[in-house]
Amino acid sequence: MTITEDTRLQDATTPAALPADAEELARMRRRRAEKIGQWLLPTLVVLLSLVAWDRIVVINEIPHYILPRPGLVAKTLVEDWPILFDSLLVTLQITMGALAIAVLGGVGLAVLFTQSRWIEMSFFPYAVILQVTPIVSVAPLIFIYVDSKIAGLLICAWIVAFFPILSNTTLGLRSADHNLRDLFNVYGATRWQRLRFLQLPSALPYFLGGLRIAGGLSLIGAVVAEYVAGTGGIGSGLAFRILEAGYRLNIPRMFAALLLIALTGIVIFASLSFLSHMLLRKWHESAIKRET
Amino acid sequence: MTALAASRASADAGARPPLLSVSHVDKVFGRDVVALSDMNLEVGQGDFISLLGPSGCGKSTALRLIAGLSHPSSGTIRWAQERKDGDLSVVLQEPTLMPWATVAQNVFLPFRLQGRRYRAVRDEILEALKLVGLEKFQNAYPRELSGGMKMRVSIARALVTRPRLMLMDEPFAALDEITRFKLNNDILAMREKIGCTVIFVTHSVFESVFLSDRIVIMAARPGRVIRELAVAEPYPRSEAFRTSPDYAAQCRAASEALKEAMGAHDDH
Repeated sequence: MTITEDTRLQDATTPAALPADAEELARMRRRRAEKIGQWLLPTLVVLLSLVAWDRIVVINEIPHYILPRPGLVAKTLVEDWPILFDSLLVTLQITMGALAIAVLGGVGLAVLFTQSRWIEMSFFPYAVILQVTPIVSVAPLIFIYVDSKIAGLLICAWIVAFFPILSNTTLGLRSADHNLRDLFNVYGATRWQRLRFLQLPSALPYFLGGLRIAGGLSLIGAVVAEYVAGTGGIGSGLAFRILEAGYRLNIPRMFAALLLIALTGIVIFASLSFLSHMLLRKWHESAIKRET
Repeated sequence: MTALAASRASADAGARPPLLSVSHVDKVFGRDVVALSDMNLEVGQGDFISLLGPSGCGKSTALRLIAGLSHPSSGTIRWAQERKDGDLSVVLQEPTLMPWATVAQNVFLPFRLQGRRYRAVRDEILEALKLVGLEKFQNAYPRELSGGMKMRVSIARALVTRPRLMLMDEPFAALDEITRFKLNNDILAMREKIGCTVIFVTHSVFESVFLSDRIVIMAARPGRVIRELAVAEPYPRSEAFRTSPDYAAQCRAASEALKEAMGAHDDH
């Protein structure tokens, strides 16, 4: 008994040796142009805006304590690097710590919720309340009741970040194929086996979607909490630098710190996207490029 | 002599040794939806039984009850000998593969749920894949396979534990006719090799006559067994059977019985 009818797998991997027709050539050209444009166009936009910014400042003779020229911002970034870098590390620490707790707490709660309907009914409303209450209004209370500033910051960032992970993972754990569930039952799977081999893998794409949102949110949470906490001294993050520079009318440094926060957000998002791609590229629709 | 041939020899002498008996089983959903009413079925070792009937006749419900996925409202389903791990397997209408796992990992699933290690059962997995002709694809992911190949993986997973009873719920309904014919031939060939009992749910008269030696005809509202037909043609059956006058005659008989079943429903 041999199989001859199924050869799609081989076909997909062998490159066509035939000359491409006009339509195909046009399509290939278009794709190449798109690939270059993807990088070139945003770069051009940035460069043009920087030039425009610079010209506006010069032509209108705006003083640097109102709006600094882009060159001055870059110079400040280099000159103040030791201060800014230390602050960046503090902010990163809070962000990463909050994200880690959000992952543990979010996934842990999601697993509990899917194991017991009663637990979910009891606690889910409070998770929602925690999510919808603006963190700026809760943060001052947290800093009253929590002595350690780092702990307070972590709690604030965690509150902001954990909900997307919780709700996405809960949804994912629930979306396991019901036929597969039946199959697991026929084979006498235990609750733990069902969780480990069926529900968690099914939830992975959902979890990673939540994680990408939570990564950005934990940075926002960390920055906002720091604004509220406000005090200086050792262990001051980027948000404190922005506040401090604002009081001293050191606008170039404000811009430099702002730039660092934005870059941090981009790096977090990009690395989580990369992680997601690496984990899903073999099997999940979202990570698969179509040939045609 | 294969296990199947052995059980068949005894079948020729008289009744086959029993495997499972379904007696007076009712299944009621809610308070008043009778999905299955007073079903009786003696399953012998080596039987290939088709449950044939229109939709709503309770054939899938019967299969779920036998699989233990739900329990009868009344009546009993009893195995002649105690059922052990791996004695029962199912193939559903969908291939139902785990998209995140390779073909070999998917076939490994029944063993994994028994708590066995991959290394310990690698030979069995490879053999099951050979049986369905997919040994070259053990490291492929399901999305890379065609519909027919996915179904073969699903069958390999069902065969890997060498079950005594395999339940198949319209496994080929979603496939094109060419692939379906081929899989029909293949499923008979596989059964020659490993000799398990099969209960096969279908709504195709042709499929049921080609595959099975017993056809249980069911009717709807309430789901119930109307009658049973025997297909005398001996195994192994080949493509020649599909074109023989005998096959045509059997199909006609089954169609008429089915019509009768539908008619019985119309009288209500």
